[in-house]
Amino acid sequence: MARKLLLEHINVPGINTYDVYRSKGGYASVEKALKTLSPEDVVEEVKKSGLRGRGGAGFPTGMKWSFLAKPEGVARYLVCNADESEPGTFKDRYLMTYIPHLLIEGMIVASYALGAKTSYIYVRGEMMPQIRILERAIAEAKNAGFLGKNILGTGYDLELYVQPGGGAYICGEETALLESLEGKRGNPRIKPPFPAIAGLYGCPTVVNNVESIAAVVPIINEGGDEYAKLGIGRSTGTKLISAGGNVKKPGVYEIDLGLPVEEFLYSDEYCGGIANGKRLKAVVAGGSSVPILPANLFLKTANNEARLMSYESLADGGFATGTMMGSGGFIAFDEDQCIVRNTWNFARFYSHESCGQCSPCREGTGWMEKVLHRLENGQGKMSDMDMLVDISKKIEGNTICPLGDAAAWPVASAIRHFRDEFEWHVTNAATAVTRNYGIGNYADPLIIAEKAG
Amino acid sequence: MFKVTIDGIPVEVEPGTSILNAARQIGGDIVPPAMCYYSKLEGSGGKCRTCLVQVSKGSEKDPRPMPKLVASCRTTVMDGMEVKNITSPEVIEARKGVVEMLLINHPLDCPVCDQAGECSLQDLGYEHGAAKTRYEFDRRKFERIDIGDKIQLHMTRCILCYRCVFTADQITDKRVHGILNRGDHSEISTYIQQAVDNDFSGNVIDVCPVGALTDKTFRFKNRVWFTKPVEAHRDCDHEKCNGKVTLWYKGEDVIRVTARKDVYGEVEEFICNTCRFDKKKTADWVIEGPRKVSNQSVISSNHYDTLKPLPVVKTNPLLQEANKEQFERETRL
Repeated sequence: MARKLLLEHINVPGINTYDVYRSKGGYASVEKALKTLSPEDVVEEVKKSGLRGRGGAGFPTGMKWSFLAKPEGVARYLVCNADESEPGTFKDRYLMTYIPHLLIEGMIVASYALGAKTSYIYVRGEMMPQIRILERAIAEAKNAGFLGKNILGTGYDLELYVQPGGGAYICGEETALLESLEGKRGNPRIKPPFPAIAGLYGCPTVVNNVESIAAVVPIINEGGDEYAKLGIGRSTGTKLISAGGNVKKPGVYEIDLGLPVEEFLYSDEYCGGIANGKRLKAVVAGGSSVPILPANLFLKTANNEARLMSYESLADGGFATGTMMGSGGFIAFDEDQCIVRNTWNFARFYSHESCGQCSPCREGTGWMEKVLHRLENGQGKMSDMDMLVDISKKIEGNTICPLGDAAAWPVASAIRHFRDEFEWHVTNAATAVTRNYGIGNYADPLIIAEKAG
Repeated sequence: MFKVTIDGIPVEVEPGTSILNAARQIGGDIVPPAMCYYSKLEGSGGKCRTCLVQVSKGSEKDPRPMPKLVASCRTTVMDGMEVKNITSPEVIEARKGVVEMLLINHPLDCPVCDQAGECSLQDLGYEHGAAKTRYEFDRRKFERIDIGDKIQLHMTRCILCYRCVFTADQITDKRVHGILNRGDHSEISTYIQQAVDNDFSGNVIDVCPVGALTDKTFRFKNRVWFTKPVEAHRDCDHEKCNGKVTLWYKGEDVIRVTARKDVYGEVEEFICNTCRFDKKKTADWVIEGPRKVSNQSVISSNHYDTLKPLPVVKTNPLLQEANKEQFERETRL
């Protein structure tokens, strides 16, 4: 059984309270960092750990921290992005509900490393219970002298605030989050300038995912080098995966990066296989925004190697035959699921959540949603598939924020890999509204093209 | 000074200039179109994506190209930057896509739209758009709303450029309207249908690139190409308005007053509502002369940029006699 770093004590009763958390070695990293390390040392440890942002993009956290501008006399902010709203991802909510002090501990260490005197946790507005839990935990930590003025007598001051979100998926985009935090409409800003130069209230700001900040705790406790020993290649450490869909045991699992996907999906320690003895048809590996893969391409890469749960291996093959780690929202589809319906569902989500600022995303997401709706309801045309791919290309890369890409990828990849099923929805329109396509050849062994020469 | 090359044409500009403004210094057809950027409004731009360009060389120091197309209105130049606009097939393709997106929910009722003839979207669609639409669904529709007694908002035509929001925010004293909702159902609106009541509120009409915000004192009075624009000014007693305007004549009547717009459709100076809505007599104004209208514009079809009779009329006495009445009417000014 692999070692757990974040969820080690998750089953201890009362771990959500300060006393139990502290008795299990909680807040040790704060003591270590504030008393023995300089802020630069903390950044250096995080750099050494190779920790990559857990929110979706996978940008190295230590690098992000070192980009933070440090002009004299200007406040710096750390903002925790807890606006978790990606369909399929629920790891941050789990972490905040059951072990809120881990996040607060990470926030203190990270704020210290960045020299932030005020930090915010921007929690998705729908997560009211989690907001209450965090506020209670902050009060407990403050009572124990880990927040407020002169923490542990080191002269470091930190105030931590919880901000309920504005109720939109787009507020999870870091610049939209900052706008929303400032009390404005949550529209993404046009970059540059990046938040590291001009973020919250125009001051240098770092925005990190909940899990990235929580991961700072074991990194400081054990040292960056130790952390980097876990995982594989440039994917170091452990990652929380929210397993959902038609798996036997859905839930949040902490895995060592580099775990074979087959083991994750079928071993009893993790998902336990597909529910009701069915076969796997397709997988969305990292939350709704990443490209969907058919079962055969998901379990094996195009070179017939076993695919691993790591940033590199999941992305192997690029967009043609690969996908992305994303935020770790693992959704499995069994043979009875309809990919067209699912793609329409995702498209509907992005159309609903587009902020409406830039034209390709505002108009394009709605257009894709309507075409997919038509296809799903047996009114589609053969030309719709090419048109959808074309629309997705017109959106991708041409928008202000990544929501446009996130809306385009699931549609483009579904058509790339499941074109048969989409065409079947047109040729057998009457049948398509009463039953699903089934598994087709999506789980058949891959036919590997022989390499020339 | 930074040296920038746009479509192979070098230009030297101040550091901090945007690519779009650098291109405007060169002028001509290499200037990217802009539907939302407005140089007089701080923070505008970046939204419509029609001005996307390719940066094929980042700068002299860091010659790497930029990975994605960038919005030229919001990207500042670097020394030695090389930009491709109309010479890049990717840019042309992306722009075509943006134009298509802008048009899918636009009503395309140009024959009955007051903005026709001076509509940026019409020009843009003509230059870049495909002749056919691939969109087969109902277009977005809204009811017309009056915001105040002089301005009408027809959201159906809006392309959400946010220019009027910035205008209301920056030019008028109090921001009274903004964007409600999100995605393709977002709309420009006042809070609970409040009237827009402000000395400078009329400027939202001028900044609107399409026919979403129109002047109720001019609506359906005439087609813009049948009116003749004349530069005029008056001694306006509003401290922020200098009274320099364009009067739009139909015969002897001033039927509309707008601010003076430059070649990119941007007003030179914002004008107050008194000048715009209340001063509609020639006696109110000091006439400076006919307005120069680009010969690309349909407004120029009446040749009002010249006060002299057309050459063919001038040299042919027979024609002069035959067209005496029309000749007099046209040269009355």
